[in-house]
Amino acid sequence: MTQETTQGPDGFAFTPENLARAREIIARYPAGKQASAVMPLLDLAQRQHGGWLPGAAMDYVAEFLEMPPVRVYEVATFYTMYNKRPVGAHHIKVCTNIACWLRGAEDLMAALRERRGLDNDETDRDGTYTLSEVECLGACVNAPVMQVNDDYYEDLDADSARAVVEALGRGEAPAPGSRTGRQGSAPEGGPTVLTGKGEG
Amino acid sequence: MLRDADRIFTNLYGQQGRDLKAARARGDWEGTAELIAKGRDWIKEEVKASGLRGRGGAGFPTGVKWGFMPAEGGDRPNIIVVNADEGEPGTCKDRDILRNEPHKLLEGILLACAGTGSHLAYIYIRGEFVREAAILEEAIQEARDAGMLGPDACGSGFSCEVYVHRGAGAYVCGEETGLLTSLEGKKGQPRIKPPFPAQVGVWGCPTTVNNVESIAVVPAICKRGSDWFAGFGRERNTGTKIFCISGHVNRPCNVEESLSIPLKDLIETHAGGVRGGWDNLLAVIPGGSSTPALDKAACEEAVMDFDGLAELGTGLGTAAVVVMDKSTDIVRAVARLSHFYAHESCGQCTPCREGAGWLWRMMERVAAGNARIDELDEMQAVADNISGNTICALGDAAAWPVQGLLKRFRPTLEQHIRDKGKRAA
Repeated sequence: MTQETTQGPDGFAFTPENLARAREIIARYPAGKQASAVMPLLDLAQRQHGGWLPGAAMDYVAEFLEMPPVRVYEVATFYTMYNKRPVGAHHIKVCTNIACWLRGAEDLMAALRERRGLDNDETDRDGTYTLSEVECLGACVNAPVMQVNDDYYEDLDADSARAVVEALGRGEAPAPGSRTGRQGSAPEGGPTVLTGKGEG
Repeated sequence: MLRDADRIFTNLYGQQGRDLKAARARGDWEGTAELIAKGRDWIKEEVKASGLRGRGGAGFPTGVKWGFMPAEGGDRPNIIVVNADEGEPGTCKDRDILRNEPHKLLEGILLACAGTGSHLAYIYIRGEFVREAAILEEAIQEARDAGMLGPDACGSGFSCEVYVHRGAGAYVCGEETGLLTSLEGKKGQPRIKPPFPAQVGVWGCPTTVNNVESIAVVPAICKRGSDWFAGFGRERNTGTKIFCISGHVNRPCNVEESLSIPLKDLIETHAGGVRGGWDNLLAVIPGGSSTPALDKAACEEAVMDFDGLAELGTGLGTAAVVVMDKSTDIVRAVARLSHFYAHESCGQCTPCREGAGWLWRMMERVAAGNARIDELDEMQAVADNISGNTICALGDAAAWPVQGLLKRFRPTLEQHIRDKGKRAA
């Protein structure tokens, strides 16, 4: 990553649509507490800017909320979901924490690494994929799990994870959720309770 | 086993719709105005009498917590904050409420507001739950449009506004004061208590922070009665609870059961048993990653409630049961958790910032077979010097899995060092 690309553009401004959205967000917090909107506004800026936050966007948000820029930098660097450098069109986040780890997350990560030739937190040359190892995604009974941009893919194995990633690369939109057809967090093969038979 | 008729979360798996109409068909938003009319004290006392203890990990009695909120009419408004920053490894129960039972949560928020004299509530949801946050926003809009929330909620004359606030990836924000600091637009670093949030919370206002599940069971408690809720589980450990059963079981799942269910029953009845049979069990983390693991012998007698697990030197935590069979390298497993805590330490307190990293590196040395047996005592000392010496419980959470491993699996650790050392040599 060169310094030039991580710096990003000289200026940043919300689109008219996002400007309206930003005002709506600020109105959720008590008068004078607009600094509370810094997280949602950084998210909005990141989405507008193709998935990452250049310094110019942080400065813009700071000015917008009348906050010292350093306070915004602090927030942007504290939370892992703000990307401080460009990411691929598909940001693949593989959970390797305990529940996923116990059900093969390391194999899954290895398979994706090998296939894409990517290291942790690396983006491929044409900007299609970024591969990141992340902490618990909170879908532990459907482990192993990965998140791609906003969507969760669950009950994965190396093959199904690769299939999802390949499909995304072809411009398809594979349905999020379980790869084995489970309904939410119900056990494989159907629930043991709430079967509509009265007795649980 | 709990009867379906006694289950609160009848759409836990999303078999039915999550919209207002479907929620109403399940009994949500029914008689809410009448409950509000009974008054703040009635609601609070009902929750107190139910014995409900916080479902987010600490297990503090919810009704008692509500009792700390000051009277209305001061210069600062009372505020309810719902902790939906679900991130304790192993835990995925709140996600089901958020995506499949959002109206149960919103009705609970309205009652929590009425029970604490609050008219403003925020749901702080972890940033990764983008879809769940969108579902919540949609449900709030539906409830507002139908007059269930807003200036005259459910026609009760009580005003209640609810907003969603998304996090952005920081486990420490699940700690209530870290969460409030984050909601103020800062780094999510926990604060020293006292003052407790009920005196000085978000923006300096009296605040109650409750877990999603704690709030979402309140309508059922108020409608069916505190006696009904208190009828499940043992004394001081009452009610139903969503358990998350993950890891080496045949059919991992979430399930709502009575508290105080024996661990073995829970795993065998609902999760299809341990992979390879009960005798293939090595260990269970009973309440999310920070609770010390139980060995098989302890699992046989473990009762899944606050007191039962405390007696075994661990905790109910979030009731996230992580099962490990005999194929598991438990040293590697705990090393993975140590990495997590080192990664998530906010860096404020030296014992946690430095100690969590030391524990992780020491665990890696043991896992790789590069440690000496006497290092285990040093590891114990490091863990003991973290727990109890930090502003928030993340420090304790980092120490507990290691302390638990040393307590129940010391022979395994020593064997590990000897075997791996030999292989390396």
